[in-house]
Amino acid sequence: MESIQPPRSKMRPKTPPKALTGIAGFDEITGGGLPRGRTTLLLGGPGSGKTVFALQFLAHGAAQHSEPGIFVAFEESAKSILVNAQSFGWNLAGLQRQKQLYVLNAQPSFDLVQSGDFDLGGMLAVLAAKVKETGARRIVFDALDVLLLLLPDLQAERREAYRLHAWLLEHDLTAIVTLKARTDGTYPVSREPFAFMQFMVDCTVILNHSASMSVSQRTLRVQKYRGSSFDENESPFLIGASGVEVVLAHNLVRANAKVSSERISSGINRLDTMLGGGFYRGASVLITGFSGTAKTTLCGAFAESACSRGERTLFVCFDTNSTEVIRNLSSVGIQLDRYIAKGSLHMVSARTISGSAETYLVRIKALAKKYEATCIVVDPASAWSKSGTDLSSQSVADRLIDWSKGEGMTLMCTSMVDEMSGQGENGSPLQTSALVDTWIHLSYLMQAGERNRGLSIVKSRGTAHSNQVRELILSDQGVTLADPYTAGGEVLMGTLRWEKERDERAKREANDDFTTRKGVQLDAEEADLEVRLQSLKTMLTAKQVEKALLMRATKSEKGDLSREDTQLKELRGSDVTQGGLR
Amino acid sequence: MSRSALFKFQLYVAGDGLNSARALANLEKICQTHLPDRHEIEVVDVYQQPERALADGIFMTPMLVKLAPSPEKRIVGTLNDIPIVLQALGLGSAPEA
Repeated sequence: MESIQPPRSKMRPKTPPKALTGIAGFDEITGGGLPRGRTTLLLGGPGSGKTVFALQFLAHGAAQHSEPGIFVAFEESAKSILVNAQSFGWNLAGLQRQKQLYVLNAQPSFDLVQSGDFDLGGMLAVLAAKVKETGARRIVFDALDVLLLLLPDLQAERREAYRLHAWLLEHDLTAIVTLKARTDGTYPVSREPFAFMQFMVDCTVILNHSASMSVSQRTLRVQKYRGSSFDENESPFLIGASGVEVVLAHNLVRANAKVSSERISSGINRLDTMLGGGFYRGASVLITGFSGTAKTTLCGAFAESACSRGERTLFVCFDTNSTEVIRNLSSVGIQLDRYIAKGSLHMVSARTISGSAETYLVRIKALAKKYEATCIVVDPASAWSKSGTDLSSQSVADRLIDWSKGEGMTLMCTSMVDEMSGQGENGSPLQTSALVDTWIHLSYLMQAGERNRGLSIVKSRGTAHSNQVRELILSDQGVTLADPYTAGGEVLMGTLRWEKERDERAKREANDDFTTRKGVQLDAEEADLEVRLQSLKTMLTAKQVEKALLMRATKSEKGDLSREDTQLKELRGSDVTQGGLR
Repeated sequence: MSRSALFKFQLYVAGDGLNSARALANLEKICQTHLPDRHEIEVVDVYQQPERALADGIFMTPMLVKLAPSPEKRIVGTLNDIPIVLQALGLGSAPEA
């Protein structure tokens, strides 16, 4: 009866009216909820969440859409259902008092004797009176299988199911009928128990609860929906604090990610330099590395710098207790406890969360919203690959990245690389490397009997970044990166780097010594020359003086002689003109 | 159980549905055969008195309720398997296989 439908946009005007369930994710999958005035079959094994789903549908209708509801309980007593649902905060007792919800106890008495055929006429008569009285628009028949199985044969089962269906249509009720059924493909469709119900109703939703790698996984699938398009894939869901929450495999209404060109610090100055200024706000950063390569330390540095800027930060630690993380980080000069005290940092140990990877995602989202975090650290995100299949943890990691981008939050995830499996840089275990913006790989370099930490940037979208492997040095002063030395094509780290540095220092020192010595020597020579210059100058002066004296002596001698001549001539009275002649 | 005890029955029926009509016919037959002159039958139509059906917890029809002698006993169905009905009412020996 289902036809191949044209694209949804063309179908929209013809889409049958729908009734919102208030179940996060489900209303999106179905494009607005369950078919209004029609019957939906909810199939699932024991403990698959049928009753919670159905109750939530009623509670939402009664509380949000003024659509009173009736819950017909065939298996559990009304009392125990209401007690069990108390934790979801739907205020069912209040709704009952306001006559918005009526719960009918319809469990067949255990000592009931049966003889011959019967029908549901009695129940439908009672319910018709109730619908009239309360104005109910929604109704749930929970565990109808209990009643149907009392009927003597398949023919009677079919007849009563059709009777019920006709009655529901007649009263224009939006109905959910839940049936316990194995829906794992054990039976061919036509042989499945209550297969006729599946053909009869307008919408069928299948809930599954299974354990995958010993971790509980809940999935929901819309099997049919007459006259409407729907997301046909199996979607994971969980039963959280406020009821059923279906996880959308992909954002059907994807918010445009806020792209920011603002840079924020990684908390390590030299790493910021390597990244050409830090991470982009809203980027997703993946740090991969073996155990003990200081992934958590980088996370701590990032969280500290975020908090010091006054950003609210959520730090989710998976493998270790948060107090241990704080203690360990304080040994490298990262003091997180003051920010916890201030309330800007929230550390959550995910060991307290148990469940599937989906559960983690939902919890992280909820916590980030609650604390209004702008930076999120998940250390290590690979931990949840233990929780279920690689496939589901992969899609959860994708969605975490997708979501944080959509919210404009900066996300730092670490991923443990198994040293023994030798995945190295080539196989990021979560395969998220394609989605993340910045990927930093930490490794050990084994040289000369040492292990040293190396840091390299595998990729960083939209930022210039260094191609060098740097040595990551942790000390009680903090975290820093050291320049690498290369020798013969090998990066030197640790002692080798230290030796190289020492050699260079020694060389430099020897150079300095030489210069000093040479300087002193030159100074001495200069002094010597100056002394000699001085003495020569003195000698020169002496000579000049001597010369001058000599000149003077000569002159005066000449003068004396001529004077003596004149005097002599005068004395002789000789002619002056002859003066001077001897 | 005293042979002279009075049996009080309520038979809940859904209008004049086929199953209900059969149940009433079967009940009358059983009473005439096994409880002549010591039975009372009240027929309650759930369509006419849904509140009463709700109060009594009657959701399947037809439903026979034996009010007396105590203990109360309920039998659902057309009552066409007479040995089972007799046993449930404490009137017969174990049904022969």
